[in-house]
Amino acid sequence: MPNRKAAPEIVDAVDFDLRLKPCDRFTLDNGVPVYAINAGAEEVVMIEWVFYAGNWYEEKNIVAATTNFLLKNGTKQKNAFAINEHFEFYGAYLNRQCYNETATISLHCLAKHLHHLLPVVAELITESIFPEEELAIYKQNQKQRLEVNLKKCDFIANRLIDEYLYGFHHPYGRYTSTLDYDQLQQDELKAFYKRFYVEGKCLVFTAGKLPGDIQQQLNKTFGHLPLNKQLLPETVFNLQSADEKKYHILNDANGVQGAIRIARPFPNRHHPDFPKVQILNNLFGGFFGSRLMSNIREDKGYTYGIHSYLQNHIHNSAWMISTEAGRDVCEATIEEVYKEMALLRKEPVPEEELDLVRNYMMGSLLGDLDGPFQIIARWKSYVLNNLEEAYFYNSIATIKTVSPEALRELAEKYLQPDAFYELTVI
Amino acid sequence: MLENGLRVLVHEDPSTPMAVVNIMYDVGARDEAPSQTGFAHLFEHLMFGGSINIADYDEPLQRAGGENNAYTTNDLTNYYCQLPAENIETAFWLESDRMLSLAFSEKSLDVQRKVVVEEFKEHYINKPYGDVWHKMRELAYTTHPYRWMTIGKELAHIEHAQIEDVKAFFFKHYRPVNAILVVAGNVQTDKVRTLAEKWFGDIPMGEKYQRNLPVEPKQAAPRKAVYHADVPLDAFIKTWHIAGRLDKGYYVADLITEILGGGGSSRLYQALVKERQLFSSLDCYHFGSIDAGLLAIEGKLVKGVSMETAAEAVDNEVARMRMEKVSDTELQKVKNKTESVIAFEDMSVMSRAGSLALYELLGDAQLMNTELQKYHAVTAEDILEYSQDIFDENNSNTIFYYSKPNR
Repeated sequence: MPNRKAAPEIVDAVDFDLRLKPCDRFTLDNGVPVYAINAGAEEVVMIEWVFYAGNWYEEKNIVAATTNFLLKNGTKQKNAFAINEHFEFYGAYLNRQCYNETATISLHCLAKHLHHLLPVVAELITESIFPEEELAIYKQNQKQRLEVNLKKCDFIANRLIDEYLYGFHHPYGRYTSTLDYDQLQQDELKAFYKRFYVEGKCLVFTAGKLPGDIQQQLNKTFGHLPLNKQLLPETVFNLQSADEKKYHILNDANGVQGAIRIARPFPNRHHPDFPKVQILNNLFGGFFGSRLMSNIREDKGYTYGIHSYLQNHIHNSAWMISTEAGRDVCEATIEEVYKEMALLRKEPVPEEELDLVRNYMMGSLLGDLDGPFQIIARWKSYVLNNLEEAYFYNSIATIKTVSPEALRELAEKYLQPDAFYELTVI
Repeated sequence: MLENGLRVLVHEDPSTPMAVVNIMYDVGARDEAPSQTGFAHLFEHLMFGGSINIADYDEPLQRAGGENNAYTTNDLTNYYCQLPAENIETAFWLESDRMLSLAFSEKSLDVQRKVVVEEFKEHYINKPYGDVWHKMRELAYTTHPYRWMTIGKELAHIEHAQIEDVKAFFFKHYRPVNAILVVAGNVQTDKVRTLAEKWFGDIPMGEKYQRNLPVEPKQAAPRKAVYHADVPLDAFIKTWHIAGRLDKGYYVADLITEILGGGGSSRLYQALVKERQLFSSLDCYHFGSIDAGLLAIEGKLVKGVSMETAAEAVDNEVARMRMEKVSDTELQKVKNKTESVIAFEDMSVMSRAGSLALYELLGDAQLMNTELQKYHAVTAEDILEYSQDIFDENNSNTIFYYSKPNR
């Protein structure tokens, strides 16, 4: 009979020698860089075209996101239906996503269909026409969607906390109103499209079981396009954080929960504190065994979940605590968050707890690097954030070696309640 | 299979450094009493509240570099963890102890009742349209326990759960004979066999749970319900009964939902969102239920469009399915999509482990390898015939969910 009282021996994950699979790089004839991870057993491929076409570059609210959304709603040769049908016939997924600095088109498909699909992706980034009719439908449906979202306390809270942190005029703090949709014009989309897609700055990431001629296929279809010729405009935005720190909003008088956001500005990944704070954040609220979860969910039952994280932005970040809690326990929840901050400032983390977090982070990193799509995602993050491969090994070294006292000092430096914005939306 | 009835499946994949340990219990919300709904899901939370020899499940797993989660559906409850393959024994130790017996702590029950109540509020009360499926299930099922959602019918059922109920539920359903263990990833079958014998071998078999659920009688007339709620837009939802997971009709129905609602070139989206602009969003889907399930069409109306117009337009599209055969191209499209969905799902070891457990629960893990063939075997005639069968108005349930103006 096994001894059930004693845990089996484990290999400490901190002792693992984690390696980031190197990324193949090549350049198309027009200078577009391609980053590739060739791995995996299934015959599937992912290709992502990253354009510097996020809301950082728009002159009017929601132009970047709308341009990105409507890329596949009509070209000179095909209407929206024909485009969708083409990709769907081959069982492919064509998605697009707009972020702050960048906007992407991504294709997931079986490798055998790639040659049918790439030419149509090229069509989307050279010949999209943004039909008036499509724009009108988009406006109508987006406005309706917004109206539903405005009923949700978490949606409101996410918008407002970003506005407090960055200011409404900053691309990270801006959000959309019905009026913004009404004011959108077709020619604004066309102009943005020409400047930031057709003649834009583009990078390509691809992963999966890549066909042997992937380089030729990409070069043939994309290597002659007029991309990466012009320099991007130098746009600088000043942070305009709000003066007032505490907010309480009543959005729904009958609401049974409050969305709580507590956040402070934080520097980007290039700051030397960043990797260490990632570890402190894990301890604080970054995983299921964190202090916030253990206390506020697993001990008090105030919420289904509470998390803290560093926002995934390129220029500036913020340290955010986020939860939805019962309406009558919102105040108590906030109080417990500050108590946990105080504890981290006052007492060094016990070695045993820190060891657990080190192992957990290493194990989860190992899992995160499992599979071609996961590996390319990490490379993409490094490339877009202008980080080197060394960042990966530095992060690992930090996980292995950071001391309890160093973490306490960081808590002292950053987990100061006065530095945090605090918002409850019911 | 171990002597105590625990079924053990191994899937070796040396290309990953990780191992996955997946345990599926053959119990879901359909096995609950009508007076005690939401219990299977609440119980899933309690499985993390300490077992007889181990005070905390999560901590040792995290220390071994592992992560875990679980979910409950109307049909089953699944627990899975992933950890570096070297540390796989930790998962055996943890999973076997909580199969042996929970600690049945009052404190854990007390806290998890509150957590689940907050989960209920977050997803079903404090969200616009959050109660639509509670209402639809009650309308569509008169008898079968799919009548309620996994989270439960009402908050009170969760709030009133007692520790005696928890114990009884555990010893009835959480026995080796009612469970399937799948171990996948960088593992070797011999070693898994040894570990399974060592950690699970001495757990008492328990009694095989004999599922004897009331059968939903065939619906004989259309059902309709009207609600008014504080939501910004009118919503329309209609469902039809379809076959269970092992029936051929299931595969046909799955392709029908793709034809009607899968993506930007699907019929409903093209006709009713793009061309006629009656809906601002529109979906067609089903839940993959093991017992006879529902196919649903659900959408939000463009302001100014009447519910009757929207309902009629949906009916017209559905009627087309009953009258005309789908074209070869359209059929090929939805089959290609299915092939690609399966390939993408199979990329992750975790997803493969979960699928193996599910198919074993359905009767035979080998079914996983014949899924694609079953989709390929569906013909345009099958789709026409099955559409005529399910899209009978007498087989339908409709909810008009109106926006009530704010006072």
